[in-house]
Amino acid sequence: MIEMLLPGLFLRYNYYMAVIIMLIGLYAMIAKGNLIKKIIGLNIFQTAIFLFYISSSDIIGGTAPILTSDPASVYVNPLPHVLILTAIVVAVSTTAVGLALVIRIYEAYGTIEEDELIAMEAKE
Amino acid sequence: MIADHLPVLVVVLPLVGAFVTLLAGWADRRLCFPIAMATTVIQFCISLLILSQVMQTGPLHYNLGNWLPPWGIEYVIDQLNGFVLVVILFLCVLTCLYSHRSTPSEIDEKKIPAFYTVLLLLVTGVCGIAVTGDLFNLYVFLEISSLAAYALVALGREKRSLVSSFTYLVMGSVSACFILLGIGHLYIVTGTLNMADLARVLPPLYGSTVIQTAFIFFIIGLSIKTALFPLHLWLPDAYRYSPSAVTVLLSTVVSKIGVYALIRILFTVFTPAFIIFEIPVMEVFCWMAAAAIIGGSVLAISQTDLKRMLAYSSVSQMGYILLGIGIADSLAVTGGILHILNHAVMKGCLFMIAGSFIYSSGIRSIEDLRGIARTMPLTAAAFVIAAASMIGIPPTVGFMSKWFIALGALESGQWIFVLVILASSLLTAVYFWKVIEYMYFREPGTVCAGTVSTARDPPAGMLVPTLVLAAACILFGIFVSIPLEVIEPFVTGILGGT
Repeated sequence: MIEMLLPGLFLRYNYYMAVIIMLIGLYAMIAKGNLIKKIIGLNIFQTAIFLFYISSSDIIGGTAPILTSDPASVYVNPLPHVLILTAIVVAVSTTAVGLALVIRIYEAYGTIEEDELIAMEAKE
Repeated sequence: MIADHLPVLVVVLPLVGAFVTLLAGWADRRLCFPIAMATTVIQFCISLLILSQVMQTGPLHYNLGNWLPPWGIEYVIDQLNGFVLVVILFLCVLTCLYSHRSTPSEIDEKKIPAFYTVLLLLVTGVCGIAVTGDLFNLYVFLEISSLAAYALVALGREKRSLVSSFTYLVMGSVSACFILLGIGHLYIVTGTLNMADLARVLPPLYGSTVIQTAFIFFIIGLSIKTALFPLHLWLPDAYRYSPSAVTVLLSTVVSKIGVYALIRILFTVFTPAFIIFEIPVMEVFCWMAAAAIIGGSVLAISQTDLKRMLAYSSVSQMGYILLGIGIADSLAVTGGILHILNHAVMKGCLFMIAGSFIYSSGIRSIEDLRGIARTMPLTAAAFVIAAASMIGIPPTVGFMSKWFIALGALESGQWIFVLVILASSLLTAVYFWKVIEYMYFREPGTVCAGTVSTARDPPAGMLVPTLVLAAACILFGIFVSIPLEVIEPFVTGILGGT
């Protein structure tokens, strides 16, 4: 198993980094009780996916995909960047809706700690 | 001329309608409902036109901006899309009509324009998912509809709706992220995002671990969206605390479109050759669906709140659709797809009734419904019809899909799932009978006697959509050949002849 993974560790370390960051985000979403921290965890999770996409398109020595006179020029695949621009917009809107909800929750309950919210709901 | 552009009109129209609604809402709040209603009605007509075109000439292809696929975004409508589009828009029209009378008592008056705007954005999202033939486009529309759904859930007056909306947002975003990861994996290996192109390029790569990982990401992501049993935890609270019109939309439109996306990805992107022969995922699917069917029913029995009981019943019914797909026999898949229509009609009706009870009497608990059939006879009668359909009593529509799924299970020799369907029908009968007994055969309790005796059937704006759906439960059960005519060509296309 380890022998299978090792070459990838050096050649495709970017994917390993993306997975590690993703898991940090997932951990934050599960383990943190504060709703704002959960949103931050969600953002880390989403950013890791952006990193995954962008780094997958990169080529060593590649330039921007602009038509030049040099036919041998190596360029980076632009499509993942375009996709991620869209995904960033989606992530920003999700964050905005999430934070707006957190503000409303704070106004309604006076707290944004998950355990306190659960305790208040159990009392009602 | 305009007939060529129907597939894109069905998406653009509600998007424009949403902004018009918002602008009109500044001038006069009363303008919002007619605009939203007109938009959904026109869309429903367009969807019928599209379906009739598809039935006559075969799948429609529309290239956005005239960019040829696989480079440009392509909209593809075949029998399955057309069918799902008609079903969801039918429910959108009825929900929109219903919301006119039900929302003023549940949403602050100054939020009414926002409600209709977000509702139309949700319609944009679900229609986009239904027509698109591009994976990334599907992700974007999925997020549009989900974001609109989070906002709609949070519109409720109760403060717990905020917390349930937040939970829904976190779960929904994680599931969307999984789908995005799956798309990324597929793109890295194949270099294309067009569904038809992917289906063409993928077969030689079926052994690749990257493709298999992508598949797992898709399955988990969409299972959260459709609230498959162990991943359903966001669902009961989101259904319980949102305004009644929103609950109807969530349970009929949003959940159905998730199932549609799942079918599309399972059968069009990954062909049956992959999901049945390459990795035996369908067997796992069947067992998960069986767990959902039984688990959802058992949890529903223990509920005291009517809307929450219906929410758990939804978990169980989504299991039926997935069981039909999981058996992957042509009869069972037909039953599963038919159940998309059936469950939308039945559950839409039931949630509208739950909303009517809250509107007329403020009663949410099942036990407080004692004797309400005497003062709200039409609503109670509609409940009985829809409940009979949920249990699967012929000639209602619920019987037909269960019949097809059970036949498919027998034909492929998986008789254990027939037992699951039978057991679940009995459990369903238990929890619906409890409600019917309280409504018809109990004297009003001392606490709620006053509210029950003064309750009246809701105004026509709410009663008509409810009765239309209740009638549809019976009509589609008798004339089941109408939806079957649409579904069968698709099933034959993907699985071969019966």
